[in-house]
Amino acid sequence: MNVAVAVDDNNVRYEARPSASEAGAATKRIVVGYGFWIFLLSDIIMFAVFFAAYAVLSHATAGGPSGMQLFSQRSVAIETGCLLASSYSCGLMSLAIGSRRRGATYLAALITFLLGASFLVLELREFAGMIAIGAGPQRSAFLSGFFTLVGCHGLHVTAGLVWLAVMMAQVAVKGLRPTIKRRLLCFSLFWHALDIVWVWLFAVVYLMGVLS
Amino acid sequence: MTGRHYDRAPGDASALPDVEQGTSSGVLVYTIGLALAVVLTAMSFWVASTTLLWAGGVSLGLTVLAIAQMGIHLVFFLHVTTGPDNTNNVMALAFGVLIVVLVVVGSLLIMADLNDNMMPAAELMNLQMQH
Repeated sequence: MNVAVAVDDNNVRYEARPSASEAGAATKRIVVGYGFWIFLLSDIIMFAVFFAAYAVLSHATAGGPSGMQLFSQRSVAIETGCLLASSYSCGLMSLAIGSRRRGATYLAALITFLLGASFLVLELREFAGMIAIGAGPQRSAFLSGFFTLVGCHGLHVTAGLVWLAVMMAQVAVKGLRPTIKRRLLCFSLFWHALDIVWVWLFAVVYLMGVLS
Repeated sequence: MTGRHYDRAPGDASALPDVEQGTSSGVLVYTIGLALAVVLTAMSFWVASTTLLWAGGVSLGLTVLAIAQMGIHLVFFLHVTTGPDNTNNVMALAFGVLIVVLVVVGSLLIMADLNDNMMPAAELMNLQMQH
C-alpha cells in the first residue's frame, strides 16, 4: 500500500519496520502486560483517593495522638530499605527469567520474599503497638485515614507475597514456559508499582506527618 | 532487526523479549536505579529531620524528592522510555497521572476552601460556647 519511501539512511531501518497497524495483532506478552499496566494504573488511582482522604483528615486528631507522637523514623527507614531492596532483587529475578537461569530465579525470588515479609512484620508490629496504646483506627479520623491508606498498601504486599510463592511453585512444576513468564512479568510490574506507592507513603504520611 | 511488532510490553527492557540482551547491562541498569533511589530516600529523611532548612519549604522539598524518586523507579525499574515502542504505555501512564493529580489536588483545594469558609462560623460558635 502507501508505505512511505525512506529518503536517507537513518530512516530506512525505521520505515522498513511495519507500523503498529500493519504489523497485525500484538504478541500475547504485550497484550497481557498492557492490560496489567492498565489495572495497575486503576489501582494507583484508588491509592490516590485514600491519599486525598488522609491528607484532608491528617489534622483531625479529635484530641487523640498525632503523627508526631506515633511515628518512629527508624522503623520507617528500615521498612523503606526492605521494600527498596526487594524491588531491586525483583528486577534481578526478571533478568534471571530472561536468560532462563532457574537457580538464580529461585534465589532472587527468595530474597524478594524475605525482604517483603520483613517489611510486613515491621509494619504489623507498628500497627499492633499503636492499637495497644489506644491509637486504633476508631480513635480519630486521622487514624482511620492512616490505617486505611497504610493498611491497604500492606494488604497489597501480602497479596504480592502469596502471588510470588504461587509463581515459584508454578516455575518448579511447569518450568519457564511463555505463560509462566507472562505471569512473572505481571508480578514484577505489581511489585515495582507497590514500591512507587510506598515512596509516596513514607514521604506524605511518615515524613510530612512529623513536621507539623 | 526485523522487529515484526512495534510495541513493547510494559516492564520489558527490550521489544524482543526472546533475544538475549546482555544480563550484565541489565544488572547495571537496576544497580544505578537502586543507588539513585537510595540517595533520594536518604535525602528525604535528612530533609525531614534537619533544622537547617526553612520549615515552610520542607514539605514542598519532600514532594519534589518523591516525584524524582518516582521517576527513577519508572525509568530504571519499569523501563519506561520515550521511544516509539513505548507510546501506548506512556500515554496510559500519563492519563493515570492526570486522574491522580485531579483527585488529590482537587480534594485538597476544595476541602481547604471549605475550611476557610467554615472558619467564621466555627469561631462564632467557640465564642458562644465560651460565654
